[in-house]
Amino acid sequence: MVKLAEWRGKEIFRSYGIPVPRGAVVRSPEDARKAAESGSVPLPCVVKAQVLAGGRGKGGAVRFADSPAAAAEAAQAILALEFKGEKVREVLLEEKLAIAKELYVSISLDRSRRVPLLMASAQGGVEIETVDDSALLRVEIDPFAGLLAYEKRRVAAALGVSGPVRASLDRLLDQLWIVFQKEDAELVEINPLAIVGDGVIALDAKVIIEDDAAFRHPEFNEVRDDRTPLEEIAREQEIAFVQLDGDIGVIANGAGLTMATLDVLTQYGGRPGVFLDLGGTDDPKKVTQAFLLMAKARPSAVFLNIFGGVTRCDTVALGLVDALKEVPEAERFPLVARIRGNNEARGIEILRAAGVGARTDLKECAQSVVAAAAGRRVAPGARA
Amino acid sequence: MTVLVDSGTKVVVQGITGHQGTVHTVNMKAFGTAVVAGVTPGKGGSQVEGVPVFDSVDDAVRRTGANASCIFVPAPFAKDALLEAVDAGIRLAVVVTEHIPFHDMLVMYHYARSRGARIIGPNCPGIGAPGKSKVGIIPNVVFRPGRVGVISRSGTLTYEIVNGIKERGLGQSTCLGLGGDPVVGTSFVDALPLFEADPETDLVVLVGEIGGTAEEDAAEYIQRHVSKPVVAYVAGRSAPPGKRMGHAGAIIARGKGTAESKLTALRNAGAQVADFPYEIPDLVAARLGASASR
Repeated sequence: MVKLAEWRGKEIFRSYGIPVPRGAVVRSPEDARKAAESGSVPLPCVVKAQVLAGGRGKGGAVRFADSPAAAAEAAQAILALEFKGEKVREVLLEEKLAIAKELYVSISLDRSRRVPLLMASAQGGVEIETVDDSALLRVEIDPFAGLLAYEKRRVAAALGVSGPVRASLDRLLDQLWIVFQKEDAELVEINPLAIVGDGVIALDAKVIIEDDAAFRHPEFNEVRDDRTPLEEIAREQEIAFVQLDGDIGVIANGAGLTMATLDVLTQYGGRPGVFLDLGGTDDPKKVTQAFLLMAKARPSAVFLNIFGGVTRCDTVALGLVDALKEVPEAERFPLVARIRGNNEARGIEILRAAGVGARTDLKECAQSVVAAAAGRRVAPGARA
Repeated sequence: MTVLVDSGTKVVVQGITGHQGTVHTVNMKAFGTAVVAGVTPGKGGSQVEGVPVFDSVDDAVRRTGANASCIFVPAPFAKDALLEAVDAGIRLAVVVTEHIPFHDMLVMYHYARSRGARIIGPNCPGIGAPGKSKVGIIPNVVFRPGRVGVISRSGTLTYEIVNGIKERGLGQSTCLGLGGDPVVGTSFVDALPLFEADPETDLVVLVGEIGGTAEEDAAEYIQRHVSKPVVAYVAGRSAPPGKRMGHAGAIIARGKGTAESKLTALRNAGAQVADFPYEIPDLVAARLGASASR
């Protein structure tokens, strides 16, 4: 998924005619000063860290400024922050508005009902999870009919708006629904949506674009804010690769089997570090790439769990043996293989001949890889 | 008819000339499935493994009487392929293709539903009833005819579990892989009544995973409407929030979709819950009793 920073989300909103405050995104205190001086950001202004984590207001990542010098100072303080593990690289300067009321609206996917779901609440500006269900209106949108006039009337009633504000809200909801569809979003969220004067305006923007729709949105290819460098390489090689915070690498075929493997490892005291899903592939090149990528993550030990269904275990084993030869000496790791299914006996034979401990029992294998990882942890010099 | 497929199922393979399409056409035929036609636009008139290829699903249906489709068409074109199948009168479509945008799937699902057609998938292994028919990619070697029904969101993990049931001396009535995407054409709740009504199924194995609330919904349905014993397993107990665990749908988002919530719901609904996949065959055997184990 591609989570967009607030300013990117607001750029999209602006291009669809959704009102957002006047502002500018900058990467240095000097540019913050210039933006305020030139009037492109009217004063007084709000200075906000552009990070993906929530809770910025309480975390010192939002400040106010009433002069160009103060804007520069605020930008400098915020750019020096590391907010919830994320280094702040950009700040957004925006005009400070006279807010009459803060509301909430979003459109996301209701997986169970299989429809886009519009949610609205008169209690905006707080984490939506803390809002009571009775104060949250849910409107299921028919993908073919779209957002209907009567549904917008329900939203307006729930938000307690009427007159020109309601007209402004109606236009915003129509556009938000179009953004959700056209941009292939998983989530479009405005929290808070502010009533300012006679209209509504998006004070924040949370937009998440669906990965699987990337082929329709080359413009997001360069936005890779929330992936680790190794996850990024994996994405380029089309390998499903997830970095967790333990030290044992797991390679399996199929997402469900991979998750089950992590569960068993955890049960026996192991801490899964990197998770790599070979999927249905038996292409030796892909297997080699996967192993090289795993080596880069520097695992204490690696657990390979393969069920041979359509693919044969002996074919997979031959691919693995070739792949292992490609891993540089310094990056080698203890490997325990659990091989089950089609031609498993031959597969195990091939792996054992290549010096890989291979068995069929999942529990035994999990215990042995946990032990191997622990052995390496007490001798950290071995990894240098 | 057992559950959705039987010996009367006549399959058209959309995307038959691609690598996956060809490989699994061979496997389906070896299983005993009546694969009567293939479709690849522009390749009509040719043959793949003895199966005639047509330019459109409409041609294939009119000439061969195909009544089910197995779709291997790449993600950017999968929506069109499915709508074409539905318009040609196909009422059961197994969509194997992965990485279909969910916005496309929403259209596919509601389009099919409004015309009385069922989608299995996408990103799924499909369905198989040993001795009868298989539509999809579940490996032939794991099956053995029997009386255990299997419904799962996973692929390989399902094969492993089904294989374990076979090695325990038991067999399966029908195995159904729902797929790992956030929006699926057939959910647990859609599938459970079919297994409950199926005279050839004595027990249902439900294999879930983190993400969404499909298992919680299933638990509610089981409590109210399922009289047959249910053995359940949920993968991803050790998964951290916010990480997409290999399947597009396997993500704990905003506190929703944890394994713990699913396991509790299933347990409360009376399902027997396995902590690990390798415990399933023994739990199944115990529930079915010694009489059924041979």
